[in-house]
Amino acid sequence: MVEDLFRIENLSMSFGDKKILKNINLVIHRGEIFALMGPSGAGKTTLLRILNFFEKPAGGDLFFEGTRLSHVREINTVRQRMSLLFQTPTVFNTSVFNNVAYGLKVRKMDRTAIEKKVKDALTIVGLQGKERQKARTLSGGEAQRMAFARAIVYDPEILFLDEPTTNLDPANVAKIEEIIMQVCDEKTTTIVLATHNIPQVKRIANRVGLLLNGELIEVSSKDQIFNSPSDARASAFIKGDMVY
Amino acid sequence: MNGAEFLYGGAVKAFELIINLDPYVMSITGVSIKVSGTATILAALTAIPLAFALSFLNFRGKQGLITLVNTGMGLPPVFVGLFIYVMLVPAGPLGFLKMILTQEAMILAQYILVTPIIAGISLAAIKAVPGPIIETVYTLGGREKDAVITTLKEAKFGIITAILAGLGRALAEVGAILIVGGNIAETGSIAGIGEGLSRTRTLTTAIVSETSKWDISTALALGIILISLNLSVNLLANFFRGRD
Amino acid sequence: MILISLIAGCVQKIPAGDLTSTTKTAPPPQELVLATTTSTCDTGLLDVLNKKFEETNNVKILTVCEGTGKAIATGELGAADVVMVHAVQAELIAVANGSFINRTYMMYNYFVIIGPENDPAGIKTAKNASDALSKIAARQSQFISRGDESGTYKMEKSIWKAANITPAGTWYQSVGKGMGETIVTANIKEGYTLSDRGTYLSMKDKTDLRILFEADQTYLFNPYHVMAVNPAKFQNVKYDLAIRYINYTTSQQAQDIIRDFGRDKYGEALFTPAIINERR
Repeated sequence: MVEDLFRIENLSMSFGDKKILKNINLVIHRGEIFALMGPSGAGKTTLLRILNFFEKPAGGDLFFEGTRLSHVREINTVRQRMSLLFQTPTVFNTSVFNNVAYGLKVRKMDRTAIEKKVKDALTIVGLQGKERQKARTLSGGEAQRMAFARAIVYDPEILFLDEPTTNLDPANVAKIEEIIMQVCDEKTTTIVLATHNIPQVKRIANRVGLLLNGELIEVSSKDQIFNSPSDARASAFIKGDMVY
Repeated sequence: MNGAEFLYGGAVKAFELIINLDPYVMSITGVSIKVSGTATILAALTAIPLAFALSFLNFRGKQGLITLVNTGMGLPPVFVGLFIYVMLVPAGPLGFLKMILTQEAMILAQYILVTPIIAGISLAAIKAVPGPIIETVYTLGGREKDAVITTLKEAKFGIITAILAGLGRALAEVGAILIVGGNIAETGSIAGIGEGLSRTRTLTTAIVSETSKWDISTALALGIILISLNLSVNLLANFFRGRD
Repeated sequence: MILISLIAGCVQKIPAGDLTSTTKTAPPPQELVLATTTSTCDTGLLDVLNKKFEETNNVKILTVCEGTGKAIATGELGAADVVMVHAVQAELIAVANGSFINRTYMMYNYFVIIGPENDPAGIKTAKNASDALSKIAARQSQFISRGDESGTYKMEKSIWKAANITPAGTWYQSVGKGMGETIVTANIKEGYTLSDRGTYLSMKDKTDLRILFEADQTYLFNPYHVMAVNPAKFQNVKYDLAIRYINYTTSQQAQDIIRDFGRDKYGEALFTPAIINERR
């Protein structure tokens, strides 16, 4: 059964005079991989941050599981069911283990369980055996993969990914994409992916929303948007003819 | 005697005093450590929570408090000493505390001098923790408490530096403690090195009184001990830094 | 009834200090705060003088060495129990305003005018202290002044006043430092300065300056007095102990110590006891 996880109605957002998001209407279903596609500066990151409750929309409504955001009492408790991976990996100044274990520790999981889950997560991203290394000594790509492991280690219900494969070489890109699909399949995690990488969207997304200059031009299934886009601008973007 | 001979004499005397564990010199060193150490610990216990409150909380008068901290970093010690002196003398408003000319009065003076320094440097260290680090805490399900703890961990070297800067300032401070403590040594050592022990005489106040008598070699010897003390504190800090 | 009051009266009259020998476990020593001038501290006199008193009375004397002006102020604010100072005018004012009582003359010495051995202003032949300073001013020879609130500076000002001179100009420099540093500064600048005899003698081997003028009974006379902080003004002051100390400083025992202090080290006494001469 398809269920509405997020529902956005007439949402707008601006920083100062600059309008970042204009009149957004969007529904995200439980268990899907939804790609928020668009060029840099289109408003993808801002929309992700709104969905993860970091920003309050200037106008319109945001419903989570049918409840209006302003009625959600414990934002932090709801947020505990989610995870957001920033485009630029942030690294806590401690060991790789402590970085990845962070979300488990704040959930008061016991030590042996933490050790097992961290080990598994590091193995998934190809960083096995690096537990004791200082996280700051990782390369850019390794840091990105560690941050990915840290984001998925506690099995969030909802995973927001902001350009998750920047910094990565093709082999690791393939690996991360594989994990994303695996996580979605096996753990029924809902994934919202912000990316400008069209082939990536083609490879892993179920549904796609195209965001251009703060406007959601088209929301439809992957097949439909790539095969018969309803909007001329969508068509131009997909073909790479977009003039910025 | 020329300057080099004075220095040589001072170094020899310092060496002798240390080797012989001269009880008077040990006692003034002890008073220095006790007064400045206690003042620094109390100041750290005030200043670090204060720095966190100024970083994480919004409250009325916050900007005023920040201005107060910044001004306090440059408080003239003699002024602080005089102020506490007139408050604590029996003729003053707090005379009933019977604190004048005691180590407690010296601790109070240095507490007032050191708290803004630790708070100011800690505040800068906390502000230097990148914003995305804090946001990452929340994306991984952490709460305000976790954000504070993580900030503390990320800023810990800055905060240790702040505490050491405070301790260094306290150990080197003379203007305030000379006034409120009175540079008292027990009979036998009133004129300087002898068999009496220090009551409120520290390395710095003893250097002042030895200099005013122009007993340069003793003053230099005490100075060498003071600098060695400050040096060992910093070496210790470097050691801990290296271990992390 | 009469008997009881007699006994009570007797007990009250026995001073606490005399009981120490009979008590088995000595009580913790009482503390007496003495504010005084640097000359009594830095010469080491108080280390010797106070020790005897501490031993016989189970007392710890906490000595604050800070110059006469500050010592009097410390007493006036109630932060000391007893003061030992050397500035007659300031003492009389402080007694008159009720800050101190039982002002007692304990010892004296003379101020000396010291300067470079070649004595450029020729003060060796001066008639008196004001004449000596007049010669220095006339020659505009370097003069280094304490310039603080010390007894020495108060004395210097009164001599200038007697000479009817307001010292000013590049030759007159005020340093605002202790006696020892002032002597060192005068030594470097090859100038004159006024010093108490005790401090000069204790620094004799650290300076090239010599005593060029002394023994002016009118102006260079430097008496030291002890006085108790008035208990009517500050209730918590240890008045009984202060009185005991004041009486001690004029006792035979203390006056002997003052008479002999410094003879072994400097070849001459630094202070002259105030009372012993009259007795002998």
